[in-house]
Amino acid sequence: MLVNERVKGLCQERGEIRLMEVCGTHTMAISASGIRRAVDPRLKLLSGPGCPVCVTTDAEIDTARRLAERPGLVVVTFGDMIRVPGSHGSLAEAKAEGADIRVVYSPQDGLKMAMAEPEKEFVFLGVGFETTAPTVAATVLAAAERGVRNFSVLTMFKLIPPALEFIASAKKMKIDGFILPGHVSTVIGAKPYEFLVQRFGLPCCITGFEPADILEGILLLLEQMERGPGLAIQYRRSVRPEGNRVAQQLMSGIFEVADAEWRGIGRIRNSGLRLKPDWQNFDARLRFGLRSARSSRPASGCRCGEVLLGLITPSECPLFCRVCTPEAPMGPCMVSSEGACAAYYRYER
Amino acid sequence: MCLAIPVRIVRIEGETAIGEVNGVEREVSLIMTPEAKVGDYVIVHAGFAIQILDRQAAEETRQLFDRMAQAVEERRRQAGKRTG
Ligand code: SF4
Repeated sequence: MLVNERVKGLCQERGEIRLMEVCGTHTMAISASGIRRAVDPRLKLLSGPGCPVCVTTDAEIDTARRLAERPGLVVVTFGDMIRVPGSHGSLAEAKAEGADIRVVYSPQDGLKMAMAEPEKEFVFLGVGFETTAPTVAATVLAAAERGVRNFSVLTMFKLIPPALEFIASAKKMKIDGFILPGHVSTVIGAKPYEFLVQRFGLPCCITGFEPADILEGILLLLEQMERGPGLAIQYRRSVRPEGNRVAQQLMSGIFEVADAEWRGIGRIRNSGLRLKPDWQNFDARLRFGLRSARSSRPASGCRCGEVLLGLITPSECPLFCRVCTPEAPMGPCMVSSEGACAAYYRYER
Repeated sequence: MCLAIPVRIVRIEGETAIGEVNGVEREVSLIMTPEAKVGDYVIVHAGFAIQILDRQAAEETRQLFDRMAQAVEERRRQAGKRTG
């Protein structure tokens, strides 16, 4: 394999090569396609923080759950969120106990529901990265245009470049290059990652999600390790260097950057989004007077935090498979269909 | 969660399109890709088109994948000759 020949060459001067696949969809694809096993073992492909559900904190889940317990209030969410445990159980459990929690495919579906049932309050859980935030921004805009008053958003969005800055600055992670997310980059373009090359000298490649895309992305990164770091776009069929300007404008029109709390990482400056002052009547936190609870450390011994930073692989967590399985998950990395622990459980045991 | 798939646009009604994936029709908002036309493929996430698929780039990538697959096949054959 071409990749392995390059790895062999590069590893004559170094022990191993550590590339991080930032995005959860990449983690799943790399596990499912067998790439992680097929490559030379000196090439380590490490999972990153790019699974929005996985980096959501217990405190955020608890806030959503408390909201769902209010009579006459409907929590609307993407399916990924529903089984993630907070410190007082998951939204699925709240639903079983009678809370009105509805799963949708698009935030627009939530808005339609709110318009059909004006006597109830609808809160959409704004989870996701830059790929998802513009879709929620567009929905808020549509709600405003139609004068919908019973729809609001609980923002928990996270931004990818600040998380990468955190990882690149933390010496202990020793990342040699980033397989950058294809769909986040479809929205934001290439520019927001330039600092990784310029300040940190790290090879970067925006990569698609087919196994062959990923292999090509890895090859481009290994080439950069030989010739000098750069910022390549492998996923050219979807990613333009400037991204999608309309999506960016939607996002920056409705949201502003704010600090955010990441599971296992803690607070990262300017790594989240909240509604701008003009749009605050769509802010569920203000509408329902929610105080954000402080995140507590997970009591279960779950090591998702370290998994999300590529510090350990799921198999190195003592609970993996023994106590923690998809049927009885101890942490979000096992719950989410894109979580690294779920990927290793299904494909790499 | 950032899953997004290519969808072919069948009809356009204002800012909304009817798209088709594997024979199933679904609604797609074109608010972020106002230049999208009937027949284009758009990359759809959570009911919104987030980009128009660049057909030329897609075609080049496909050809590259084919070449990679051929190269792998070629090597396999040669390896087979050597050992067999
Ligand atoms: S295996 Fe389970 S307990 Fe261990 S880090 Fe993953 S989700 Fe957490």
